[in-house]
Amino acid sequence: MEALKRNWLKFSESKISVIGLVIVSAFLLLAIFGKYMVPYPEHIGSYVDFANAGLAPSSKHLCGTDLMGRDIFSRIIGSFRNTLLMGVIVLCISAPVGFIVGVIAGYNKGKLIDTVLMRITDIFLAIPPLVLALAIASVLEPNLTNSMLAITVMWWPWYARLSYGVTSSLRSENYIIYAELVGAKLPHIIFKEILPNCLSAVLTKMTLDMGYVIIMGATLSYAGLGEQAPKPALGSMISSGVKYMPGQWWLTIFPAIAIILIVLGFNLLGDGISNMLGTEEN
Amino acid sequence: MSKLHVTILKRLGWALVVLFGLSVIIFSLMRIIPGDPARLALGPTVPEEIVEQYRERMHYNDPLPMQYYYWISGVVKGDLGASTVTHRSVTRDFAEFLPATLELVIWAGIPPIFFALLLGVLGAMYNNRWPDYIIRFSSYIIIATPAFVWAVLFLLIFGYWFPILPSIGGRISMGYSVPPVTGLMVLDALIDGQPAAAWDAFLHLLLPSLALALGHTMQEARLTRSYMLENAGKDYITMITSQGVPREVINRQFLLKPSVIPTVSIMGLDIAAIFGNAFLVETIFNWPGISRYAMNAILGKDINAVCGVVLLLGVIFILTNLLVDIVVIMLDPRMRQSRSK
Repeated sequence: MEALKRNWLKFSESKISVIGLVIVSAFLLLAIFGKYMVPYPEHIGSYVDFANAGLAPSSKHLCGTDLMGRDIFSRIIGSFRNTLLMGVIVLCISAPVGFIVGVIAGYNKGKLIDTVLMRITDIFLAIPPLVLALAIASVLEPNLTNSMLAITVMWWPWYARLSYGVTSSLRSENYIIYAELVGAKLPHIIFKEILPNCLSAVLTKMTLDMGYVIIMGATLSYAGLGEQAPKPALGSMISSGVKYMPGQWWLTIFPAIAIILIVLGFNLLGDGISNMLGTEEN
Repeated sequence: MSKLHVTILKRLGWALVVLFGLSVIIFSLMRIIPGDPARLALGPTVPEEIVEQYRERMHYNDPLPMQYYYWISGVVKGDLGASTVTHRSVTRDFAEFLPATLELVIWAGIPPIFFALLLGVLGAMYNNRWPDYIIRFSSYIIIATPAFVWAVLFLLIFGYWFPILPSIGGRISMGYSVPPVTGLMVLDALIDGQPAAAWDAFLHLLLPSLALALGHTMQEARLTRSYMLENAGKDYITMITSQGVPREVINRQFLLKPSVIPTVSIMGLDIAAIFGNAFLVETIFNWPGISRYAMNAILGKDINAVCGVVLLLGVIFILTNLLVDIVVIMLDPRMRQSRSK
């Protein structure tokens, strides 16, 4: 309890990280319960009302309506769940995979397995992530699951690098050597001795990465390789609105603002957490 | 041979290993695709005997390692196969579209570095005063905005609301004709002695390269600032300060170089991000580059073209990183020593 309070004091020192926390909490809340809170829940899907198509923002439709007559505000909120899922699933797969690879390589520093694993990591880091993600997403069917898969394939090497760095510096610590001397098995050393020491660095990176994964997901969805119509996705909403600029600017501007706010929230929160835990960026 | 040469040769060797790995990944990607590649290339109406002949000719009946061997020996000779959509050689398409992209990426990647360093140094010098607050606040917003959103916003603002800059006109206005020498429009116009055309081409470059540059510039500025502040607290700075060396001299001669090196070393990675983002930014600004070509290839499932692009970008990226590594080794005497042991 005492530790929690101290951490909170340290975190809230910077007002800007509190703003991040507020934005992220609001986003999480809307992602989970948004469906039941929006003014036009049936507009999150294949709903058509041509009589109200392309209306400018008003008190009735805060962000205007799209070309099918659907309320854009409701659709933006409705897309939050998949945006959140994208970030959580990609990071929850790539972080553990990268961690295992990094720890095994770092623990066997200097041996053949270290060289092999870290070279493979380097190869993945050598491909522009968005390009390979686009290529993978295009080879497979374009949908949300495959875009998540494509981003995950590109993301784990960062965690491998991070935990490799931490592990290879812990390798010569006395408590690891003693654990080996008393005959501890490899899983014990990895999960009980090394993992707790990597955890704060990995968790901080996960919060900081959330924003980037969301950007990447929105970019794939903009390219038409994410969630398919009629389901709403921030990227595809923007790309379908571009053709109708500047007349119907609200089609693109509001989803764009939503992306910026969400990513901003996660970045501010991540910075706050990294200050609180005293872990360095990069 | 000096230690520096050995270090650089070692880096070169690793770059080759990474390239080999990259080619294996791309080859596997080509073979994951569901469906028969020969049938896909020839279309559904061609009789089976001809498809079989094609299969035999393209070595599709051989074991995978042999297929890889045939494919890679073609690639090394510059043969990436034919596009399954346009039936043109992928290599020839590259020669046509790559220069436009390179020009864009060069403008988006290199000049902004100086702004990044400047903003970073300013932020550190005015730490926790208003110039620092302004830079930090704007960097948060700018970093949170994806490159394609910048492109769309620029298009809306400068293309429609205040049409003062060219936005969807390709690389140069109608009426100018610039003979290609390097493929880089601004440079070619200058070589040909047409300053007006060079200026026009530069204006065309401005919006797309700015959309690509903003995010990584602010990211690098933030890094520079934090390294400046970190180094400013170190013992050697305290010591020189106590000896009465003026603040400006310390900043310029003792603080800047060690703080800039880490920023330079991550720039190689930023290049990858710029290439990736160029995919969408080119489509938005109607820029006739490789990314727009690749985007069409991806949507049309043109597998030879897609793999060619991924391979090409990987090679460019590996070479850039090699170059950045060498620059860092030159800049940083500590790297030279520790790496050559």
